[in-house]
Amino acid sequence: MIVKIEEKGAAILIEVKEERLDAHNSGDLKTQMLNLFEEGKNNLVVDLQEVRFVDSSGLGALVSGFKNASARNGNLKLCGLQPQVKSMFELTRLHRVFEIFPGSQEALASF
Amino acid sequence: MKENIEVDIRVPNQTRYLSLIGKIGEDMARTLRRFKGDREELAYHLNLVLTEAMANAILHANEDDPEREIHITISILDEQLSIKVFDQGQGFDICSLPSPDFKSLDEHGRGVYIIRSLMDRVTYRKMDGGHVLEMVKSLR
Repeated sequence: MIVKIEEKGAAILIEVKEERLDAHNSGDLKTQMLNLFEEGKNNLVVDLQEVRFVDSSGLGALVSGFKNASARNGNLKLCGLQPQVKSMFELTRLHRVFEIFPGSQEALASF
Repeated sequence: MKENIEVDIRVPNQTRYLSLIGKIGEDMARTLRRFKGDREELAYHLNLVLTEAMANAILHANEDDPEREIHITISILDEQLSIKVFDQGQGFDICSLPSPDFKSLDEHGRGVYIIRSLMDRVTYRKMDGGHVLEMVKSLR
């Protein structure tokens, strides 16, 4: 999976550079997030701007990141959701769990 | 004019083929001129249910064994869409799983809920050498 990870002040910005986040590559995203948690980086913004398709495994990876961040007194926030991706969060009620921002600037500024 | 389509696909039991099969489903939805609903939404939903059903078959029923095979048929006959996913495993009956508890924030269990939400009828049955998951949706 191609991701771009950058420190942006109080939080880490993870840009997912894939068209799909599914059962084939969501494990990689989970591993990348776990590496950050191990380094003590517990405030994450996941930018899904380039992701056109997400399945239940992709959602599961983000839930895993959210739970890990919360357990370490951090947070995982999302931004850049395309309409069909957003509809998946609504279908599974996860839009009530995550803080979701239009763009990365707004998400990063919220920390 | 009839608008009947049937495709029959076999791929190795590997998740890297999820995208290929999902896209075939999407493209099929886009060809349905007589479908009166939102074709782009239907395309996304077909991609999704194919991806979810195949991932279950690959990882659970077929135990992630790359030597096994996944067989999928997608048919649109008389405005009824039917997707069948055949596995070669001991079985993973998604129909027997409970609905997810949305408050528990479990990492797993949403795939089956998604399939059930988007399709009209879902059945799982035993057959020679494995099982078949059938998902049906009316396109009227």
